[in-house]
Amino acid sequence: MTADRLAGGLYRKRGVPAESVPEMSEEQNKDGGAVEFGAEALVAYEEILTHYPERRAALMPVLWLAQHEFGWLSPQVLSYVSDLMELPLGWVEGVATFYTMFYKRPMGKYHLQVCTNISCYLRGADDILGALRRQLGIAPGETTPDAKFSLDRAEWLGSCGTAPMLQIGDKQYVENLTVEKVIDLVAKLERGEEV
Amino acid sequence: MSEKLLLRFEDVSTDLSDIDNYVSDGGYETARAALRDRSPGEIVEAVKDSGLRGRGGAGFPTGLKWTFVPKGTGKPVYLLCNADESEPGTFKDRQILEHDPHQLIESMIISAYAIGCIDAYIYIRGEFSTGYETLCRAVADAYAKGFLGKGIFGGDTEVNIHVHRGAGAYICGEETGLIESIEGKRAHPRNKPPFPAVYGVFGCPTIVNNVETLSCVKHIIERGADWFKSIGPESGPGPKLYGVSGHVKKPGVFELPMGTSLRELIEVHAGGLRDGRKLKAVIPGGSSVPVLRADEIDINMDFDSVAKAGSMLGSAGVIVMDDSTDMVAVLRRISHFYHHESCGQCTPCREGTGWLEKILARIEEGHGTPADLEKLDSVAKSMMGTTVCVLSDAAAMPVRSFLDKFRDEFTAAVSGASGRGGESARAVA
Repeated sequence: MTADRLAGGLYRKRGVPAESVPEMSEEQNKDGGAVEFGAEALVAYEEILTHYPERRAALMPVLWLAQHEFGWLSPQVLSYVSDLMELPLGWVEGVATFYTMFYKRPMGKYHLQVCTNISCYLRGADDILGALRRQLGIAPGETTPDAKFSLDRAEWLGSCGTAPMLQIGDKQYVENLTVEKVIDLVAKLERGEEV
Repeated sequence: MSEKLLLRFEDVSTDLSDIDNYVSDGGYETARAALRDRSPGEIVEAVKDSGLRGRGGAGFPTGLKWTFVPKGTGKPVYLLCNADESEPGTFKDRQILEHDPHQLIESMIISAYAIGCIDAYIYIRGEFSTGYETLCRAVADAYAKGFLGKGIFGGDTEVNIHVHRGAGAYICGEETGLIESIEGKRAHPRNKPPFPAVYGVFGCPTIVNNVETLSCVKHIIERGADWFKSIGPESGPGPKLYGVSGHVKKPGVFELPMGTSLRELIEVHAGGLRDGRKLKAVIPGGSSVPVLRADEIDINMDFDSVAKAGSMLGSAGVIVMDDSTDMVAVLRRISHFYHHESCGQCTPCREGTGWLEKILARIEEGHGTPADLEKLDSVAKSMMGTTVCVLSDAAAMPVRSFLDKFRDEFTAAVSGASGRGGESARAVA
């Protein structure tokens, strides 16, 4: 991560050529190119600004809003936020790339992040991650071809008492995992069931 | 201490995150009475007198911190609640955030009144989505009841609470990193001085306190400083939340008097070790503090006693490891974390954390040499006290203490006959 942060360019990740920077799919960009908040999001945006004495301080909540609206923070989205907030694009990129929960690539419908830090490690996080790799056929950092699942390691999720565990997207925690439970979890998500 | 305060939600049958339940349970009465009957100065004095020390890790006296706010600057004073809970092994504040958020809000009203703050922020780690939603709802409910906003409890005090969601960065738990993050920046910690009490968020006097620390304030005001002082050691009293995780039967968060013995915590409250296993090591205060061996756990879990034993109470996140644990692999995990989370601002930390991880990976995979152990030690030494914030020290301390306390294991790992290399390749890619 440190190396990535220092590389400067948003999409200049280790070994990833610039031309393979992900573009938004039509599905993710329904308005055919125009990245813009809708009326409801604009109301939310204005509300966010009221919580801070200066506009720049609202950047993180606005990036959250943008991520929820557009799915991930594509170059177009960051450029839109930069224009909207009248902040330099470099500044917006700098903040977006600093925080791991801001997505710089499109994610599958279910982004499964397995905590592999010490308490989870001690209670079998590697087995959970291994089971997910086998079940989904992808490695951490990858997304299934049907765009349903993305898999990642998470660096500590604050749930050591219920280890091992994982988080789905920026929402739900699934705790006290076993290999059986995690296989069952994937099956339920495949079927679109609540977990 | 049989009655739970910070974890009262465990003792009552109603859901305390619901404001009506919290009010029926006597909630917000302490804040109402404090704002009506006491001056801000009296509250600061009571907190000072109680001996409350910060529960986030450093253990700085809270009341004293509050007195550092300069008077008459003409600038607003900010209160920031650090709910970033970012030290691995720590999961105590989450209990309050998810189950009893009004306890925190009520305490923040009293604290804000005491230091003359109108706008307070709660910085909650991005991963805690349940806590974030619970807090947002609790804050909205408190506004609706007239407990927040202008003219609180019908008086003339104004306190607003804003909830700011982080987005995944360990360093935001460092108070100046947190301040930078609220300002909409990369969370690069600031050089100190100036300390936040003088020049904090938006260039204004700022007090940053941890969730558990602030939550104690309501109880101190309600029951008095003498009551608080009567719990645990004089040098840092009060109820305390201990999180126990790892190889124990019943991991969890336990509210006990400050100074409870580490052995009691592990063997009684956390149910002891898994069957057939023996204790090997304990990290007493979150992953950054020096590790203790199994024969070193007869200590009291308070700031001074743990320091005397050569470690730190830190955030009281106790990580327990049994005799099945590979200490080289654990240290590699810890070092991977600090490398991942280094903000990259200072060279000793940015480069040092990378080297520590790289060398440990080599050792774990069976390619280490005896010289690597010296290298680890010298890199770690060069990382202590040489950077803007203590992340660098936090990365170095476990390395030095693991090498010191479990030297045999590391020596065996670099001896060439360790049999390492196959299995461990899967650990951290």
